[in-house]
Formats: sequence, structure tokens, C-alpha cells
Amino acid sequence: MELRFTDAEAAFREEVRAFLAAELPEATRQHLISGKSPTKQMVVEWQKKLNAKGWAAPEWPVEHGGPGWSPAQKYIFREELQMWPAPSPLGFNINMCGPVVIQFGTPEQKARFLPRMLNLDDWWCQGFSEPGAGSDLAGLKTKAVLENGEWVINGQKTWTTLAQHADWIFVLARTDFAAKKQEGISFFLVDMKTPGITVRPIITIEGGHEVNEVFFDDVKVPADLLVGEVNKGWDCAKYLLGNERFGQARVGASRERIRRLKTIAKDTMDGGRPLIEDPEFRRQVTEMEVELKALEMTVMRVIANETKRAGTGKPDPTTSVLKIKGTEIQQGVSELLMKAAGPYAWVDGDPDAEGTNEWDVAPDWAFGLAGIYFNWRKQSIYGGSNEIQRNIMAKAFLGL
Amino acid sequence: MDFDLNESQSLLQDSVRKSLTAKYGFENRKAYMASETGWSREMWAQYAELGLLGLPFSEDDGGFGGGPEETMLVAEQMGRHITLEPWFSTVVLGGGFLRHGADAALRAELVPEVASGGALMALAQVERQSRYDLFDVTTTAKKDGEGYAITGRKGMVLHGDTADWFVVSARVSGGQRDKGGIGLFLVSAKTPGVDVRGFRTVDGGRAAEVDFTNARAHAVLGEPEGGLGILDRVVDEAIAALAAEAVGAMEVVHNMTLDYMKTRQQFGKVIGTFQALQHRAADMLVALEQSRSMAFFATMAAQGSEPGERRRNMHAVKAQIGRSQRFVGQQSIQLHGGIAMTMEYGAGHYFKRLTVNEAMFGDTDHHLRALADAGGLVQAA
Repeated sequence: MELRFTDAEAAFREEVRAFLAAELPEATRQHLISGKSPTKQMVVEWQKKLNAKGWAAPEWPVEHGGPGWSPAQKYIFREELQMWPAPSPLGFNINMCGPVVIQFGTPEQKARFLPRMLNLDDWWCQGFSEPGAGSDLAGLKTKAVLENGEWVINGQKTWTTLAQHADWIFVLARTDFAAKKQEGISFFLVDMKTPGITVRPIITIEGGHEVNEVFFDDVKVPADLLVGEVNKGWDCAKYLLGNERFGQARVGASRERIRRLKTIAKDTMDGGRPLIEDPEFRRQVTEMEVELKALEMTVMRVIANETKRAGTGKPDPTTSVLKIKGTEIQQGVSELLMKAAGPYAWVDGDPDAEGTNEWDVAPDWAFGLAGIYFNWRKQSIYGGSNEIQRNIMAKAFLGL
Repeated sequence: MDFDLNESQSLLQDSVRKSLTAKYGFENRKAYMASETGWSREMWAQYAELGLLGLPFSEDDGGFGGGPEETMLVAEQMGRHITLEPWFSTVVLGGGFLRHGADAALRAELVPEVASGGALMALAQVERQSRYDLFDVTTTAKKDGEGYAITGRKGMVLHGDTADWFVVSARVSGGQRDKGGIGLFLVSAKTPGVDVRGFRTVDGGRAAEVDFTNARAHAVLGEPEGGLGILDRVVDEAIAALAAEAVGAMEVVHNMTLDYMKTRQQFGKVIGTFQALQHRAADMLVALEQSRSMAFFATMAAQGSEPGERRRNMHAVKAQIGRSQRFVGQQSIQLHGGIAMTMEYGAGHYFKRLTVNEAMFGDTDHHLRALADAGGLVQAA
């Protein structure tokens, strides 16, 4: 048992920090500290810098461009980026579609797509959820039919995050209509420029344009863009969702938000004294810190287990803990940030839009905090809702 | 980062597990509890044989040379069986004072005694007004020739009714809540002026109220006016052991609850098929896993050399595990229903032990407040 990072790992942390200090534009950092999501340009520029350094895809095998890091190094890298804060490598490319192509794709698919994913020459988006298939994803109805050597896709996807930026979409569609619902699904790679694809924005409650509906109307997809075997797409989906949950702990991001919260609460007056001196507020912050510390150690345990479980295909019971606790903490901190802003949280506007506070109607730091709180309610819904996580735990780990 | 046990740690864990599984079933425990001392001398002898009583002492001092990880492993097993013997009082607390406060001569005198099972120790620290503040001390230590004479009343001295030695916090100088001027004194239970009144505690354990009236100390642990630092340090190590004990107890009572949910039938099905109950059981697992993580953290953090940081970390440990253990304990009763309200069933006994463990050296509220007052874990920019 060795419950500390080694000297080499500590040195690696310094190396990551030095890279961040040298390479990340200060404007991007300040943009993120204010709580805004990075712009497309910020993400693309940063991903290219990471790729030039060989750090674009921490989880990928070396032969496909991964850095060959240990689980601990991957953890340190992810946390340091979140704490700086810096944009993370684009999840759709690096944590979702890329690993599926690596695991299930043909050599041609790997050669064609992986390098462009790494360098963010192509921005990918996820075509999974449908109006009638949310938590029950396997109930999806979008269908693909093979006609003259091409797949023809018809249907509708929804909650498609940042489809407005995307060059490609990975899509689950039904290819066997008689089979049991998980067994008749296939996984496709689709060019967003293909005729028949329409993207319609969905404006979420905080006013932002983050998600979309994507309509498929006789969209023709070449046969070589099906990943894995026909009707075996559910395997790809399960593999992808397993990876997705792992990243949802976001310990570094929560630590960065708590640091921000405390900085704000130091300078905000409440009852004639700084808000941070209010015992009730301070206690609420401390409760978050305490759970976050435990979550950080839980992540370490999952990482330590990851190596051992590699290849067994068995999920770790603690990944659902990461999802549930990670999102509860992030939501809790976003609520405290909004509370800290008091009445100045009420200025309306898309928190990610530039210059919305140009009339100087609220302190800059307060602007958009309610919007982030509203937006972050999504966290306990997406990626397998927290209730679905409890179902998974009950069935897979508790034997109920 | 490596959470795996090495070979000697695995052997230690196995030997404790085997011994307790064989001799610490529900009925065994009931019998031990009903005996005169409230715990088993036979088990105590077995702990000595397994090396558990000399566990944390260096081999030079006649101990087993175990570190905090070994203490964690044993404490977890003790928690799994909610054992009654004074292992925590004697080895974790008493042993901590001997390691951090005793000079070589005193260690040579006492460590072999403790390790062989011949000497039992107890911490006499709590006073009526002190609640959870280790520095709130009215008991006095007056210079008496070469040594010190102790006068004052100490409460909730765990296993004080059978202890051979008391480690007593007493004030050499300063006011009731001054952090300086506190000494730690080793007092023999046989010394004139020591009056012990034993009683049962709600979790099946034993404790005592102890009056010291000009009782002569056998030795001073550390500096006569600088004992608080040692007390803090030993308590921080003890908190790590309590964390592991709580995790062991939580895991058992959670499993007990799951087993019951898989067999108990109502409305024509096993109750474990009801989603409301499944989600509660899943939330218990979340709390348990977070606590297990925190127990690892506690073991690491209790070794910290910077006292302020170490204390903050241990506040976090107590707060997180405290909340979790209360939740797991209460829900294990709730999910069982009436059966867990009975003395004849195991769950209630675990619940009671978890309840006492939560409040030892400060409850969740105390530690959350203390951590908040100390600035928390994350610093503002």
C-alpha cells in the first residue's frame, strides 16, 4: 500500500503546470475562471497545442497517438487542466468516438479519422438520445436501411451537444427491426455535410445554445462508415458510456469552482461582514469540500483498479459513485456560487455570450452565475441519470 | 498510489479475519458482553499472540513494527465484528502516547507489557465542561517533589474500569481553555487517590468516571506544559483508526441489509425488487465507498507533519465519515423494518456502535465547524 504520489508523479504535475503557464492564452484562462464555457476557437486552438505536444488523448494507446501515461499521470493531467482552468481535450473526439473507433474500427477507419480527431480537424458530436429514448436509450427509433450498398438513415436525434460546431456525428441507429431492442442497433460515422441532415437549436433554460435537435432525412452513409459489426452497435455504446462516466467526477473542476466561490465570498458583504464569515454559508461550503476530498480519493481508487481491471471488461462499482457524487458536488457548488451573488445573480442573458454585461448592471464576477446554476441541473440527467446509476448499482453490484 | 496490500499486510489481515470469524460471532459477542469485564480475556490473549497488541511499536521497543496501514487493517476487522476488547484504548491511544511521549526507559518498561497483554491503558481526557475540546482542561497537576500530583474528575474514560494505566490530561499552568500549560501524565490505577466507577456504554462497551485526588503520576509524557501537541497527534492517529473501524462496521451492516432485502417477502415479492428500497441501498453504497476512500485518506493524512494541515484533514475525515455512518446506520434499521429494532438481531448493535464511533473525539457538527473555522481544505485565490 502506498497512498502517496511518487516523486516522479509530482514532477509530472509540475511539467503539466509549466506547459499550461507557457501555452494557454491568459484570455482563455480568465474566460473560464468567470465560469463561461470555452468558445469553439479556444477549444480548437488548445487541442492543436496539446496535439503538438503529444498530449491530445491521454487515454489512447501509444500506437494511435496516446502519450503512454500511467493511470496516475492521466489523473494528474486531467485535474491540473480543470484546476488551472484550461479547456479539456474535446470529449466527443477523445473520450467518446475515438476510443470506440480504436476498439471496434477497421484499420481504414482508424487511419482516416483518428489523426483528425486528435488535431481537432474534425469536431465530432454524439447522436444517441432521441425524443423517445432518453434513459431508455435502447428504445431508439432512428433507422438505417441498406440500399444499393449504402445505409440510408431516417429519424431524429436530440440533446446533441454542440452539433452547431460539428463536422461529423456518431450515430446509433436501428438496423434490425425484429431483434430484441439492444440487439438490432448499429454504430455509424456520419459527415454532417451529408444532404438530409438538419440541425435545429434547442435553447436551454439559462438562454444558452448548447444542445440541438438533429434530423436525418434519407441521409446516405457509405457502408464502410459502420463501426464494428452490424447489429452490434450496443456494444460500442456501452463501451462509450463506460468511458463517459469515468470523466464525470471532475474533481479538479469542482476544486477550481470552490476556490472561485471562496474568493468571491471573501469580497462580498453580507450582514455587514464578508459572506465567508457567515457560519451557515461557510458550513455549506465546507460540506462540499469534505465530500470532494472523499471523491478525490475514490477517483484514485478507481484509477488504481483501472490497471488491474484492464481487459476484464468488468465495470468498477465505484464509477457510478463518481457520477452521482461528482454531479451532486458540481451542482451544489454552482448553487452556492449563485447564492453568493445575491440579487446580482438575476441579470438575464446567456452566460457564455461575450460582452453581455456591457451596460455594467452587475459586478462582472456575478454575471451569469444563475445561468450556470440553471444549466448545471443537466449534470444529474445526462450520461445515465443519477437514478439510472442507482438502478445500475442495485442490479450489478448489490445483487438486488 | 497503490491501495493493494503487500504480503505481510495480507497475512496480518487474514489472521485477524480468521480469528474473529471463528470466535466473534453474534452469540460469542453477546457472551463476552455479559461477562464481568464486558469483554473476553481469551480474545485478548489471542490478540497478543497475533501481534495485535504490539502492532504499532517499533521492533527495537519490543513491538511488531507496524505502521498506520497495519493499524487501519486491524481496526477495520475490529469494526466488522464490533469487538469489545480494549484494543483501541490500549494499543491505538495508549500505544500512541507511549510512542510519541514516552522516553526510552519508560518504553522499555511498558511496551513489552502492553504487547504481551499484561498492561491495559485508557485515556482520561473528557471533563464535564470540555465536550470535544482537547484543550479544555480543569484537572490540575501540581509539582510534588520530583513528580506531579493529579487532582480532578475525568469522564467517559473508555475501558477505564479495567485499565492498569491512565493517560491523564491535566493543567500545570494557565486557564481552563488555554492551549499551553497542559501536561500528559501516566498514572497507575493502583495509585492511592484514584477512584474508578465503571459503567456500561450504549454500544455494549465499558467506561468509567475517574476521580483523581492528589494521585501521584508515574511519569510525564513529553514536556509537562507542552502535552497538547502530543494529544492532538495521538487523537489524529486515533481518528484514522476510528475511520477504518466505522468502514468495517458499515460494510457489514450494509451487507446484512442487502441479504435481508433479498429474502424478506411482502406483497408476494422480495422487498429488494422495490425501486425505492434499491435506491436507498445504492445511496448507502455511495456513502460507504466515499467513507472507504476517506479512511485511506485518514491513514495517509494522520502521518502529516504539519499540525494545522493534519488537523484540517482529520476534521474532514470525521465530518465525511460521520455523516455517512449515521446515514448507513439509520437506513440499515429502516430497510430491515421492525426486526432490526430488536436486541436479538445484529443490525441494531452495529447501528449503536456506529453512533458512538461518530461522536468519538468530536461529532460531525463539531468537525465541520472546526474545519470551516480553520479555512477549509481549498484556499481562495
